[in-house]
Amino acid sequence: MEIVLVGLNHRSAPVEVREKVSFSNDQARQAAEELRARGILHETLVLSTCNRSEVYGVPPETTRESAAALSNYLSSFHSVQLDLLSPSLYHHYDRYAVRHLFRVASGLDSMMLGEAEILGQVREAYRIAYEQGATGPVLNRLFQGALEVGKRVRSETELGTRPMSVASAGVKLAERIFGKLQERTALVLGAGMISEQVVSQLRDRNIARLFVMNRSLERADNLARQFAGKVIAWDDWESALTLPDVIVSSVSAEEPVLLRAHLEKTMAARGNRPLFVMDLGVPRNIDPAAASLYNFYLYNIDDLTQIVQQNRTSREGEVPRAESIVDEHVGKFLTWQTSVELIGVVESLRHKLKADRAEFVRERAERVNGLTVEQREQVEALIDDLLEKMLLDPARRLQGEKDLRRKIQQVEAIRELFLPDRERWR
Amino acid sequence: MNHLFFLLTLAAYVGSFAAYIGYLIAGTDWSGRLGSLLLAGGLVTHYFALLERARGLHTVPYHDLSGSMSLFGWLLALTYLSLELFHRQRSVGAFVLPFVLAFFLFAQLSPPDRLAAPPATGVAFAFHVTLSILAYAAFGLSCVLSLIYLGEQRLLHKHRVGDVVWRLPSLDLLDRMSQSSVLVGLISIAIGTALGFVWVDRLTGNVWHYDPKYVVTLLVLVAYVFYLRLARNPSWRGARASQLCIFNFAIVIFSFTVVNLFFSHAHRYF
Repeated sequence: MEIVLVGLNHRSAPVEVREKVSFSNDQARQAAEELRARGILHETLVLSTCNRSEVYGVPPETTRESAAALSNYLSSFHSVQLDLLSPSLYHHYDRYAVRHLFRVASGLDSMMLGEAEILGQVREAYRIAYEQGATGPVLNRLFQGALEVGKRVRSETELGTRPMSVASAGVKLAERIFGKLQERTALVLGAGMISEQVVSQLRDRNIARLFVMNRSLERADNLARQFAGKVIAWDDWESALTLPDVIVSSVSAEEPVLLRAHLEKTMAARGNRPLFVMDLGVPRNIDPAAASLYNFYLYNIDDLTQIVQQNRTSREGEVPRAESIVDEHVGKFLTWQTSVELIGVVESLRHKLKADRAEFVRERAERVNGLTVEQREQVEALIDDLLEKMLLDPARRLQGEKDLRRKIQQVEAIRELFLPDRERWR
Repeated sequence: MNHLFFLLTLAAYVGSFAAYIGYLIAGTDWSGRLGSLLLAGGLVTHYFALLERARGLHTVPYHDLSGSMSLFGWLLALTYLSLELFHRQRSVGAFVLPFVLAFFLFAQLSPPDRLAAPPATGVAFAFHVTLSILAYAAFGLSCVLSLIYLGEQRLLHKHRVGDVVWRLPSLDLLDRMSQSSVLVGLISIAIGTALGFVWVDRLTGNVWHYDPKYVVTLLVLVAYVFYLRLARNPSWRGARASQLCIFNFAIVIFSFTVVNLFFSHAHRYF
C-alpha cells in the first residue's frame, strides 16, 4: 500500500516549465483515467495550481517503477521532452509523500507562506478525483487527512490570518475600520498594476461600488470594465470624493494631487464620514498633513510595506507550531496505514502458512501408511489450529504496539522474512 | 453552600478571563470558545449564589450595596455574553471580564450594610431594581466598548498595527456594539423607572415623592438618548460619540454611588 508523488512546483521549476505541465479539470480527469487504465497507478489524484502540478497515487503492488512511469507519462501527456522536465520533477514516497501533501494543504509549501487558497484547491482536486472514482481507500484517507490538517493549522495558528501583500494589507486595514465591505464604496485614482491588485482584493471582499478615475479615460474604462466599476471623469473631483469610503491612489504625479485644505472641505461635505485612503503613489499623492483630519485614515506605501514585513515575521514565527501539527497528522496517517498493512500482512501470512501446511502434510502423509482420509483431515486441522495459535499472539502484540517506528519495523520484518515475494521498494 | 458557589463562580470567571486573554494574544479559536463557555458557567453559578443570598436574607439579594454590586457584575457578564453571541465577536471579553471580576469580588469582600433599611418587597420592586441595574451594566459595557474604540482608533491613526489590533473587532462593529448596549440600557432604565413609580404608588398611594435620584436618572436617560441620536450622525460617529458615551457613564457612576449613598432617600443602598 505504497504512496507515490511526482510533481513540480514554484521552487523546482520556473514558470515557463510549470505552465507547460499544468492540468485543467478535464485534463486531470483524463490523466487519472489513463494512469489507471495503463496500470501505472491503482488510485490517482492530480493536483494542479498556478504554482504546482503534482500526481499522487497508489501503485499496484507488483510495480516498482511507478515514479519513472509517472514522469514519462507527464512528459508524453503534455508533449514536453523528458530531459527538459526531469530536472524540475521531484519524487516522494510513503511518509515523505504524506508529509509533503500535508504541508501543501497547510500553506507551508506555498509561495506566499500560509496562503488560504491552496486548501480550497486541494479540496477541489480531491472532489474531482473522488467523483470520478479515481481514488480508493488510501488516497481517500490521505486527502481527508490533508483537509483536516489544513483546517487545523489555520484555526490553531496564525499562519493564514495576516495580509502578506501591500494590496491585501490595505484591504484588511479597510476592514479594521469598516468591518465587512459589502456596503462600502471605493474610488480608485490611477489605473496601474498596483491599483488593479487592490481592486481585485476589494472585489474578492464583495465591495458594493467601485469608481475609477484616471487621466487616460481609456485605461480607466479598461479597469472599470474588468472589475464591474464605473468611470468618473478626471476633472470631476468635487463630487467624486464625497462618494467613497475607501480611496486607492496610485497616480503618477510630482506633487500631491490632494492637499489637506481640499480634503478638509471634502470631509465636511461628506459629513465627516470615515474615509480610509491608501496612498500607493511615489511621490505621495496625498498631503501627509491630511492625516490629522477627523475620521480620516491615511496609509502610504511605506506604512503598508511595514505591516507586510511585520506579518511575514509573525507568520514565520507560526511555522514551528504548524509543522508540529503536520507531524502529528503524519503520525496518525502512518499509524492507520501500518494497521491496515498489518492486517494485510497477517492475512497473507495466514494464507502462506496454510499453503505450506497443505504441501507439508501431502509430502509426509505419503510416507505414513495406514492414514485414512478422515485421519488425515484431522491431522491437517490440528496443524492449522497450532499455526493459528502461534500467529495470534504476535499479531495481537503487533496491533497493540504503540511505538510507530517499531511497529513499522516489525511489519517490515515479517514481510521480508515470511513474504519475500511482496518486497517493498523505496 | 454559598461559599461553594462563590468559589465556583470565581474559578469560572478567572478561567474565562484567562481564556479570553489567550484568545486575544494567541488568536486560537478554542481559547475563545472556552472563554465563552466558562463565562456561561460562571453566570449559572453566580445566579445560584445570588439565589442563596436571597434565601438567606428572605428578600431580594440586592438589599444592600454588596448585593447590588454582585448583581451588577452578573448582569454585566450576561449583557456582554448576549452581545458576544449576537455580534459573534469574542475579542472584547478580555476587557470586560476584569470588571465582572472586580464587581463580584468587591461584593463578596465588602462588609454588610449596618444601616440596612427594612426589606422592600413586591414584584414591581424586584423588576424595578433588576432592570435598573441591568441598565447600568449595559451602559458600563458601552463605556468599555467606547474605550476600546478610542484605543484601537489611536493605534490605527499612529499606524501601530500589531497582533492585538488584528484581533479586535472593527471600529464599525465596536460602534454598533456600543449602540446595541446603550439601547438595551435605555429600554431597561425606562421600564425599570416606570416600575419604580408603580411600586411607590402601591406602597404609599402617591406616585410622586421627590428624590434627587429621579433627576439624575432623567439626566442619564436624556444623555444616552442624545448619544444614540448623535452616534448615527456621520459627523459625530466614531471618536466623538465614544467620548460622549464615556462621559455619560461617568454620570451613571455618579448616580450609582454618590447620589445613592448621600443624596437619595429611597435609593440609599442601590
